[in-house]
Amino acid sequence: MNFKMIRYILGNVLKAEGVMLLLPAVVGLLYQEKSTWAFLLCAFLCFLTGFFLSFKKPKNPVFYATEGYVSVALCWLAMSLFGALPFVVSSEIPSFTNALFETVSGFTTTGASILSDVEALSHCMLFWRSFTHWIGGMGVLVFILTILPLRTGSHVYLMKAESPGPSVEKLVPKIQNTSLILYGIYSALTLLEMILLFATGMPLFDAVTISFGTAGTGGFAVKNSGLADYAPHLQNIVTVFMILFGVNFNIYFLMLIRRWKSILKSEEIRLYLGIILASVAVITGYIYNIYGSLSAAVRHAAFQVGSIITTTGFSTTDFNTWPAVPKVILVTLMFVGACAGSTGGGIKVSRLIIFIKSLGTELFHFSHPHGVKKVKMDGNIVSDNVTRSVHTYMAAYILIFVFSLLLISLDNMDFESNFTAIAATFNNIGPGLSAVGPTQNFGFFSNPSKFVMIFDMLAGRLELFPMLILFSPYTYKRC
Amino acid sequence: MNIIIIGCGKVGSELAMQLSQEDHDICVIDQNDSRIRKLTESYDIMGIRGNGCNYAVLQEAGIANADLLIAVTESDELNLLACVIAKKVEKCHTIARVRNPVYEAESDLLKRELGISMIINPELWAAQEMFSVLCFPNAIEVDTFSRGQVQMMRFRIPAGSVLDEMQIKEVSQNLNSNLLICSVESKGEVCIPGGDVVLHSGDIITIFSSRRNALDFFHSIKASKNPVKNTMIIGGGNITIYLARMLTRAGIQVKIIEKDSRKCEALCSVLPEATIINGDGSDKEILKEERIGSMDAFVALTDFDEENILLSLFAQKMVDKKVVTKINRLQLNEVIYNLDLDSVIYPKDITTEKILQYVRAKNNSSGSHIQTLYRINEDRVEVIEFSIKNKSSITNTPLSDLNLKDNIIVASIIRSGKMILPKGKDMILPGDSIIIATTRLGLDDARDIIKN
Repeated sequence: MNFKMIRYILGNVLKAEGVMLLLPAVVGLLYQEKSTWAFLLCAFLCFLTGFFLSFKKPKNPVFYATEGYVSVALCWLAMSLFGALPFVVSSEIPSFTNALFETVSGFTTTGASILSDVEALSHCMLFWRSFTHWIGGMGVLVFILTILPLRTGSHVYLMKAESPGPSVEKLVPKIQNTSLILYGIYSALTLLEMILLFATGMPLFDAVTISFGTAGTGGFAVKNSGLADYAPHLQNIVTVFMILFGVNFNIYFLMLIRRWKSILKSEEIRLYLGIILASVAVITGYIYNIYGSLSAAVRHAAFQVGSIITTTGFSTTDFNTWPAVPKVILVTLMFVGACAGSTGGGIKVSRLIIFIKSLGTELFHFSHPHGVKKVKMDGNIVSDNVTRSVHTYMAAYILIFVFSLLLISLDNMDFESNFTAIAATFNNIGPGLSAVGPTQNFGFFSNPSKFVMIFDMLAGRLELFPMLILFSPYTYKRC
Repeated sequence: MNIIIIGCGKVGSELAMQLSQEDHDICVIDQNDSRIRKLTESYDIMGIRGNGCNYAVLQEAGIANADLLIAVTESDELNLLACVIAKKVEKCHTIARVRNPVYEAESDLLKRELGISMIINPELWAAQEMFSVLCFPNAIEVDTFSRGQVQMMRFRIPAGSVLDEMQIKEVSQNLNSNLLICSVESKGEVCIPGGDVVLHSGDIITIFSSRRNALDFFHSIKASKNPVKNTMIIGGGNITIYLARMLTRAGIQVKIIEKDSRKCEALCSVLPEATIINGDGSDKEILKEERIGSMDAFVALTDFDEENILLSLFAQKMVDKKVVTKINRLQLNEVIYNLDLDSVIYPKDITTEKILQYVRAKNNSSGSHIQTLYRINEDRVEVIEFSIKNKSSITNTPLSDLNLKDNIIVASIIRSGKMILPKGKDMILPGDSIIIATTRLGLDDARDIIKN
């Protein structure tokens, strides 16, 4: 294991985070808030640590898959630790565990909060909370590494470890250009949403933070009521953008280069939109009586479905009070998640497609022991490696889920709260049901339970394996 | 440049690696999933599974914006077809590998009529390189520039030679010969030497000189060997056919030992002047029966690298002038280097050299064009011939006044067909060709040789 190289990458990531911490400081200066100095101090500390870690460039740049996974996991941990500092230093969130939970929830684009009164936070803190969503949404390492000159192979391993989905697809031959294109699309869409929200009547600060939250599919709102108090047309704009950010970004690239046929071929996007439409239709039917008008029912159904399937976690209404069927649909959508290659979390639609299809081929093999059948997606055969990794993912997913559920159940909460708390954090959504419903928060859990959920959020965002590899003894054994 | 490579075999993988390291955008196409995965995981390139002749696959690989398509699959016909499609539909420059000797005579016709920019035939080139070392057995490698005007020769200083413990600046004074030493490989380390470097026996040095002067030089250090009169070749593949043709045309007798009797019959019909022996070349008795001891040269061309190495080591004790070993696949250069083999030819490297030469020449649109490129000393030194078209910062100034970068040497200047071994007062003029030897890899503009 090339620890020097990992240290070097870690240092560069921290330097970048130091720069990013200056942005909320600027916001603090504009609003003349006294928490500004906390950001300046933390930015300095973060940059200094990064500077010392990356001071010496390692002579041996050899870098393999293990190093990729370990450095991604370590970088996310380190970024969360430093990102939590401003909350503690300014004593706006005095408990370190709470501050860490809030920051991890931000970077992993979960949006689960421990705060009961969000509006009590200063503007710069609110800005930083939402900005972490935006940073974490697309993943920070690959972007930083486009600037950092490394041996060519290393980028591939880092990108593999950080990007969501069963297999990494490049848009253009060079990873640098690929990630520049992705960040370009990401920034452009975010900016578009900000402009649209601001132009149609949302205050500027809210428009910026809500857009960050939508883009990263995060879910931190800046009001205690979530998004319930905004005008209906603003909620509809957010709905559309949440669904847009849950789409595989390759699709937008294909649009840019006008390869329409390839877009139509994508099974994932068709199923993703299909699930959304069907869920909205069913839920509207069930909640029509609560809201009285069709337009309100559709608006709330679409917003909640879009928010949950893309794992954003905004809410315009307390869906905890809905009838059982819509609630079960929402919980199911928590596990489905967005498309691969989007900013959303969860299991991912494409993984489910492969999983279900490979189940089909296995059933085929039961009735035809000598039959030959391969899993196909978008007209191409899915290689055995990919199907195997999907199966491993599902197995690991279930194990971590059940184990986490056992651990937090020690807090003696009811089953619905426990189950949805893990589902909401592990899938990077935010709100669950019952005690962790959209109007509630995660503050009441004990510290050990919060650490379990911190692990779950990071594992969920990084697609399980980097976190497992970081803590696996095999990683550090020489043979 | 945007380059598409079809086929990820030995040559395709090597090209993908080299070209991606030279910062080109590479997309590889292959039918085999695991080959693509291995490449895309190791290098920053894109991979697509599919048939390179399929236009939809080419489109996915970005043929619309590609500058160059290189087709190096197993099949000659597939390579040609892919190039034709790319050329006719997208006006893309194309390079095809065509190996079958049947097409050799038609390669110009194929280039002209199908619009292919370059046809590569690694076996033919390997045979040419073997032919030149057989003609010049002193050297372990001979490369030529400017249509043979300049020869670059590498040879190992024998034990007890007069060159042992001699400084480079003394070489031309003491031996009164006109040559330039442009690289010295000593105990695995390569350098572009200054005048103070001391030579030792066992070092491999690269010299520039004309053919006449080289002969004089070898004579004066008492290491000259007479040209080869007869050669034994083990293995009857494509290289054997090309090499045997060249040798018999030059009046050198050829004896070929091949295991497969059907291949022997085929060889008989295409090489009427060669002696064909049907037998196992790794069988000591057969070698002795065919009088390996009275042979001038021995060439190991079986399909197995390990067998070639072992046969050559055995033959080096029996054959006095030249032993040539072909190595296709093995990457254990350090080990092979320590084996003390005479001449080793890597067909894969020759192909890469030629394609890099083409790509760099195309990449550089300025006044200096790459004519020829060789990579020597296990690819650690590049020797490049530039043609200088226009006046620039390096022309019309005495070489001693040019502020050259470290590890770069101007090995010769070719002016109206004549070679000049440059001294400090010589100048580069527009219209010249210059040859540069350097350990700085990736040079594509002659003006980059001076410090800014």
